[in-house]
Amino acid sequence: MIVLERRPQPSRNWALATPLVAVLATMVFGGLLFAVLGKNPVEAIRTIFWDPLFGEFAFYYRPQLLVKGAPLVLIAIGLSLGFKAGVWNIGAEGQYIMGALAGAGVGLAFYPLDAWYVFPLMVIGGALGGWAWAMIPAILKVRFGTNEILVSLMLVYVAEQLLASMSLGLMRNPEGHGFPGSRNLNDYAAATSWINQNAGLHWGVAAALIAVIFAYVLLNRHMLGFHIRLTGEAPRAARFAGVNPARLILFCLGISGALAGLAGLFEVAGPAGQVSIDFNIGYGFTAIIVAFLGRLHPLGILLAGGLMALTYIGGEIAQSQLGLPAAAIQVFQGMLLFFLLALDLLTHFRIRLRKREVA
Amino acid sequence: MKLTALFASAAMVLGLATGAVAQDKTKIGFVYVGPVGDGGWTYEHDQARQAVVAEFGDKVETVFVESVPEGPDSERVMTQMALNGADLIFTTSFGYMDSTINVAKKFPNVKFEHATGYKTAPNVSVYSARFYEGRAVQGHIAGRMTKSNIVGYIGSYPIPEVIRGINSAYIHAKKVNPDVQFKIVWAYTWFDPAKEADAAKVLIEQGADVILQHTDSTAPQAAAKAAGNVITFGQASDMSEYAPSPRVSSIIDNWAPYYIARTQAVMDGTWESVNTWDGIGAGMVGIGEISDAVPAEIKAEALALKDSIAAGDYHPFTGPIRKQDGSAWLAEGEVADDGTLAGMNFYVEGIEGDIPN
Amino acid sequence: MDLSSINPVLLIASLMVAATPILLAAIGELVVEKAGVLNLGVEGMMITGAICGFAIAVETGSPWLGFGGAAIGGAALSLLFVLLTQVALANQVASGLALTLFGLGLSALLGQRYVGIKPPPTPRLDIPLLGDLPVVGPILFGHDLILYLGIALIAAVWAALKYSRAGLILRAVGESHDAAHALGYKVVRIRILAILFGGACAGLGGAYISLVRVPQWTEGMTAGVGWIALALVVFASWKPWRVLLGAYLFGGITVLQLNLQAAGVAIPVEYLAMSPYLITILVLVILSKDKSRAPASLGKIFHASH
Repeated sequence: MIVLERRPQPSRNWALATPLVAVLATMVFGGLLFAVLGKNPVEAIRTIFWDPLFGEFAFYYRPQLLVKGAPLVLIAIGLSLGFKAGVWNIGAEGQYIMGALAGAGVGLAFYPLDAWYVFPLMVIGGALGGWAWAMIPAILKVRFGTNEILVSLMLVYVAEQLLASMSLGLMRNPEGHGFPGSRNLNDYAAATSWINQNAGLHWGVAAALIAVIFAYVLLNRHMLGFHIRLTGEAPRAARFAGVNPARLILFCLGISGALAGLAGLFEVAGPAGQVSIDFNIGYGFTAIIVAFLGRLHPLGILLAGGLMALTYIGGEIAQSQLGLPAAAIQVFQGMLLFFLLALDLLTHFRIRLRKREVA
Repeated sequence: MKLTALFASAAMVLGLATGAVAQDKTKIGFVYVGPVGDGGWTYEHDQARQAVVAEFGDKVETVFVESVPEGPDSERVMTQMALNGADLIFTTSFGYMDSTINVAKKFPNVKFEHATGYKTAPNVSVYSARFYEGRAVQGHIAGRMTKSNIVGYIGSYPIPEVIRGINSAYIHAKKVNPDVQFKIVWAYTWFDPAKEADAAKVLIEQGADVILQHTDSTAPQAAAKAAGNVITFGQASDMSEYAPSPRVSSIIDNWAPYYIARTQAVMDGTWESVNTWDGIGAGMVGIGEISDAVPAEIKAEALALKDSIAAGDYHPFTGPIRKQDGSAWLAEGEVADDGTLAGMNFYVEGIEGDIPN
Repeated sequence: MDLSSINPVLLIASLMVAATPILLAAIGELVVEKAGVLNLGVEGMMITGAICGFAIAVETGSPWLGFGGAAIGGAALSLLFVLLTQVALANQVASGLALTLFGLGLSALLGQRYVGIKPPPTPRLDIPLLGDLPVVGPILFGHDLILYLGIALIAAVWAALKYSRAGLILRAVGESHDAAHALGYKVVRIRILAILFGGACAGLGGAYISLVRVPQWTEGMTAGVGWIALALVVFASWKPWRVLLGAYLFGGITVLQLNLQAAGVAIPVEYLAMSPYLITILVLVILSKDKSRAPASLGKIFHASH
């Protein structure tokens, strides 16, 4: 009989090895899927994982990895703090939208004023927008004990409706011939988040890197980080250690909301350029997966964000170069997540063969 | 020994041959906003892509990426196609407008064709279809066929394209049936078959016996079939699986002639930036076969209307037409200009209700 | 504005149809959550059920086999969730999200050949006299059989949870898996069964969309219904009959807002579309005063350490 035995300490070796094993397993099974669809599996895998990094046009794709990965990392870092403490914000998508709306709203209100303070004010607006949206589940949780998973999720749909309303109404581009969508902020120099477009650098990329360092320091060197970890691992011990649970909930949801809001602002003022009905494309949900793939560790999240971005970009190349359907790429990403999640088992447990005990 | 030599030389010939063909081939990229299996908007663009392949065979190579979100992702997909040697790229959603312009700046030698937008550049054309011409024909049939005098209209979002269609259908229904009334429901989605089904059912329950739709799924057709005694029109694709009734005719997005012509222009080196807004005459808007559920007399009228629009003898927006608030818009015999049509954000006189905002 | 054009009888009859997919998925998820498992993959299981049901109904010509296939398809996908969360002890939130991603992709692959096809019609209940009665006829006797199956499932789950031994064990597992384990119940086995049941129900709900409510197959056609089903379970505070009530409320708001629009009432559509979610939050707040409602072990990983 096969039994699982909890390791006294999570295995460091397996923690490092499982992502690699998972990627290899995905390549094998994904390759099988592509073969069934009549494509050359080796070529498909190479196109997805190799071409964006080292292929002929890597000079273009490498910066794109930053553009695609930055919002994922930025949001996932914020979420991971809460997840570590057992605070489940799964409504980052809504906070991302609200950050973008608030930040873009500030920018559009100043249009066409050309002043240095426009963008910083937008950044503050974006962070506040996301923060405020996350404060709703936080306050309800603290005040009434309402489940934050569901409240934050519900607020995503409310935010989506607000987004539609804004792009058709208040924020609609007055020079846009009646089409939905706001002015393009890329044409408004004082409000753009781009630093260097060809290098894929915008302030969101910088913010993501800063967030990684900040989270690392917080978790390893700071009392608050210790409290977060303690609350997640041993809530009762945390209470004895003097952790104020209400304050911790407000902090965790607030910081994750603010970071998601920032991600939304940097995206709307840079890569996306404008508020439009379909502005949000699931970064808030994908970031949850990124947070878990990264094992809730700041550096892990950085790598996981990069890996997700790679499969998106490589997947697009595979679609146009090899004619793979978009759905196959989705299934492939799903497989990767399954393997990464399943193999995490080996980090925490030992698999043992044991003779069945005679009852 | 001989055999291997033969293989080797065969391989060489083949290699040379493919090399030569590859140089001749015109490479065309297509960027789709939905899946090719959406049965509507993207499906029709992909049909046109296949028509290009059928027309030119080995002389072209087409690539496409489906379900590309608007914004940075679309920009990357276009760049990727251009880097990989595309000569011509069709970007088939309004939301790709700014991305198309950005990428076009970086690749001055690649030609771009953007659907339904208004920004052009030396290497960016825009193209769109005058679907309102088809709506006029629908409106005529609707006005003649309705017994309850209530026509239901399912809109997606309140944008000029949709409002133009409503106005055109209403004007021509009113012309043949002064008592006709339009009930308009906004679904606030481009794509949600379940919601479209609900909208159609609601309109039918409120007495509509003709359903016009500006959403792409066949859900309203099925709802009409279940209700009986209700007629519908196919949208985007022919939806002939619901003919002869409830589907009595359809507006078909037919991009194939345009795509073939533009591909030919690139091959010939005659491509230049244009702003195309074609209708029934050029074949970009197809009117699906009018089924036998429509009496021969009405069918003949509808076809006559279609022919006069196609020939350019008649414009669906010809005065006198007033705006909803009663203010004058077009004087007797005056024809609407394309600028006003493109940005249309008002109802014509007689339509009840407000455009939501 | 012409409110008299709204026919309340027809409105109720159509909101029942609009509510059925959510209702089916939600009652399945309720059982899953009662067992202490949070499966966020409802959307993925629904869309998989939608295509499995559609494909089988088209191939065999029988809507009943289609619905059967949908239940099996949904359950099969939930088996992946079982492997992840019950065998590999992975985090349930992340596993559920991955399941949705996977299900959306898989269904699109399976459905490539089925775009633009009409499925065989699902028979309606046809009782000669009762169906013709005014008012009650269209509301009570004019529907397809799956709609009644949905209501029957609600009743069955309610009775099973309340009166049967199996229901008692299920609730015990959801409240405290450690205590249930100490009492000798097979926690993992019970949870696996609950998850499979949830998958089958979600599959049925998906097939109801592709075979009855729309009916056609298009990629992504469930368009977020699975998420509403998740909200509904909480809205119902894990009580079966309230799932029915909540589903009718959700369906009712959708149908009502379309009715008001068609009647020419100027309503801000976006704000009405938000209202179900805002109402759910409100209900959550009211309910959260009573802490006994949510299964205590919800979302927690169970590992038996002897």
